[in-house]
Amino acid sequence: MKHISTSGWHKIGLFALLLPAANAASAQNDSTWLRRVPPAATDSVPGKMNMDAVYDRPFLQMGKMPVALGGYVEANTAWFATDGVSEGLSFQLPRLTMFLSSSIARRIRFLTEIEFEEGGREINIEFASLDIQFHPALTLRGGVVMNPIGAFNQNHDGPKWDFISRPVSATQMLPATWSNVGFGLYGKFYTGDWTFGYEAYLSNGFDESIISNPENRTFLPAAKENPERFEESFNGQPLYTGKISVRRQNVGEIGLSYMGGVYNKFQEDGLTLDRKRRLHTFAADFNTVVPHLGTRLLGEWAWVQVDVPETYGQQFGSRQHGGFLDVVQPVLRRKWLGWEKAVFSVVCRLEYVDWNAGTFRETGGDIADDFRAVVPGISFRPTAQTVLRLNYRYEWQRDILGNPPARTAGWQFGVSSYF
Amino acid sequence: MIWLLFFSLFTIWLLVACEKTFPPLPDDAELLDGPVEGLSEAENRRFLAGDVAFNDEVFTATTGLGPLFVSTSCGSCHAGDGKGHPMNALTRFGQWDDTGNQYLHLGGPQLQHRALPGYSPEQLPSGAPFAKLLPPANTGLGFLELVPDADILAMSDPDDLDGDGISGRPNWIALPAYLTARPDAVSQTGRYIGRFGKKAVVYDLLQQSARAYNQDMGIASTYEPFDTYTSHEIDPEVSNQTVQDVVFYLRTLKAPIPRDTDAPDVATGKTLFGQVGCAKCHRPTLRTGPSSIEPLAERDFHPYTDLLLHDMGPELDDGYTEGSATTSEWRTPPLWGLGLSKNSQGGQYYLLHDGRAPNIEAAILLHGGEGSQSRAAYQALDAAQKTRLLSFLESL
Repeated sequence: MKHISTSGWHKIGLFALLLPAANAASAQNDSTWLRRVPPAATDSVPGKMNMDAVYDRPFLQMGKMPVALGGYVEANTAWFATDGVSEGLSFQLPRLTMFLSSSIARRIRFLTEIEFEEGGREINIEFASLDIQFHPALTLRGGVVMNPIGAFNQNHDGPKWDFISRPVSATQMLPATWSNVGFGLYGKFYTGDWTFGYEAYLSNGFDESIISNPENRTFLPAAKENPERFEESFNGQPLYTGKISVRRQNVGEIGLSYMGGVYNKFQEDGLTLDRKRRLHTFAADFNTVVPHLGTRLLGEWAWVQVDVPETYGQQFGSRQHGGFLDVVQPVLRRKWLGWEKAVFSVVCRLEYVDWNAGTFRETGGDIADDFRAVVPGISFRPTAQTVLRLNYRYEWQRDILGNPPARTAGWQFGVSSYF
Repeated sequence: MIWLLFFSLFTIWLLVACEKTFPPLPDDAELLDGPVEGLSEAENRRFLAGDVAFNDEVFTATTGLGPLFVSTSCGSCHAGDGKGHPMNALTRFGQWDDTGNQYLHLGGPQLQHRALPGYSPEQLPSGAPFAKLLPPANTGLGFLELVPDADILAMSDPDDLDGDGISGRPNWIALPAYLTARPDAVSQTGRYIGRFGKKAVVYDLLQQSARAYNQDMGIASTYEPFDTYTSHEIDPEVSNQTVQDVVFYLRTLKAPIPRDTDAPDVATGKTLFGQVGCAKCHRPTLRTGPSSIEPLAERDFHPYTDLLLHDMGPELDDGYTEGSATTSEWRTPPLWGLGLSKNSQGGQYYLLHDGRAPNIEAAILLHGGEGSQSRAAYQALDAAQKTRLLSFLESL
């Protein structure tokens, strides 16, 4: 994510984003001028996969302009307590995201996603890439890309999910939303009911903050705090990211992905500072809908390996793993209050992260530092693009020694919608 | 309409019943952390500031950590303000008698056995005497700090004049320049009574905190300004305010609350504790002197220590010492909070100075020297009596 810190940039960015919206507003009485482009209509190839998520969004097209505008908002309220102590009720606007896409020419398109987090405290360019398609099986992408590790990182829009909090394994073990400047190729192949996809990117990557951060554990998202990574690589070494996935029509999709590279500064000005230390992440993801029941299942599991110096603290683990499983069961589909396809669902998420897999050198005992959560809830979708969610969340977090866990529980209510 | 009614009723239920779905507050007696009762609002604010600095502030390379260190934060070594785990053991080395540390030029007295990437941690010099020390519980430290020197001296009997086999004595230590002796301090040839640390070489909580920042985390302060890597004086990496907030936090942590005190086994065990002679060193009750923090001033409290050095015999003689203590002398550790140690040590006991005892009985059986008589008396108890005595210790 590109951090823009000065208020001047904020104003310029806001102005640039709002200008087409203002034009759209002034023309709202002309239905031929402003029209809604359904999701994925910009994709030249059928067969949606997780890798298409960035374009699988509703856009507003203004007349015959080649530019389309969209976005989503999330607003929540939460009331949590940890071991009986509550900070009380709070209201949050975790993110307001705007997309701007442009069909520059045949087979050339651009999309950017700009996110305003926590009421504007941070403004991030999460995605800003130019796609040049030579063939459905070969597209060149360059710019700020979202590294395709797991499924959530590329497919993280709030309105698509029936849970308010993002999965901990995806956002705190893996660093979603994780994007970097880079280049790569992607494409899809088809045969019968099967679709195969691939993605491969080289980009800037991580830095030493992943093992030197206030979280006091190996923490890949710490690298997102480095604004310099959009200007230059921390160590001159590329981060490799690749994913292959396969989808069978009416069955589901499975993806396998890898991201890795050197994370430390091993030399500077020709002087050796350390040996090259690498990290590797692997992820497997899937999504499917159970026939007849309509139950939607999706999940992701990831493994992280980091070359942590042996002489560093054991607080910083060299291996992590974790994931989540979402179960979404629609229980009522009907026309209601004028909404043609309103859906009421019962949902449940299970989460687990082991931040530090291994044993203590001193005692041989297991290192704990793990996290579990169960999140039952209900969701209501008056339309596919808008969701109201009520979640009850219960978490257990054990410290590195495995002492009695800190237990956190609470209620969240929120809305999220594309606009 | 039915759905609206359902949603409305559910919302009302949620508002009413919400708090019942939260995890309950643990019993205060099951926790070691938390402030002493009766602090003023201003003191509560200061306690919270110290709590954040102690438990939440994690040092990194950019905020001054190391480059050689033992741990990255205060809270890493004192989970829940309880006893530490062997993972966080300190190694101190270089001194075998009262002539001082002979290995200061080689990194003594504390081994920083961890290092930032690209640096090599310290290695224990060949032949250097050393001891491994587990972090102690932080509980009730303000009470211990306020015991008048005269009371400590009244408990000492260096020449065993009463002939009971117990000869506790203070560790007389030199104060660093940044410390001021208490108004009622007793000195002996320019030295003062140390009361913190396994060998009682630390005068008060300011010295303890400043030393821990410096020697455990490699953080320089105006109190301890020397970099542990270069030995050069460097700019402070932590503010005086933060150090003082931490000192206030430690000073105002509550004393452990005994549990199951009405249980017959515990009551009997307490009697046995006195009968076998444990209480001669592990003094049940001490009293604080005057303090500007009202809840700490002039109070009886129950730490089960006399803050004195005792010879524990060859069983606990590691060949290393500090100050004027001999290698087999250790300060009597407070027993309060003993039963909660497992909750900060990952579910099992690591007792005595280096965690070598896996349970309370093993710790008792490692008492030699001045503790030999009590150990023998304990061994003479029948199984039921031992169980009751151990139940009492677990209740502390």
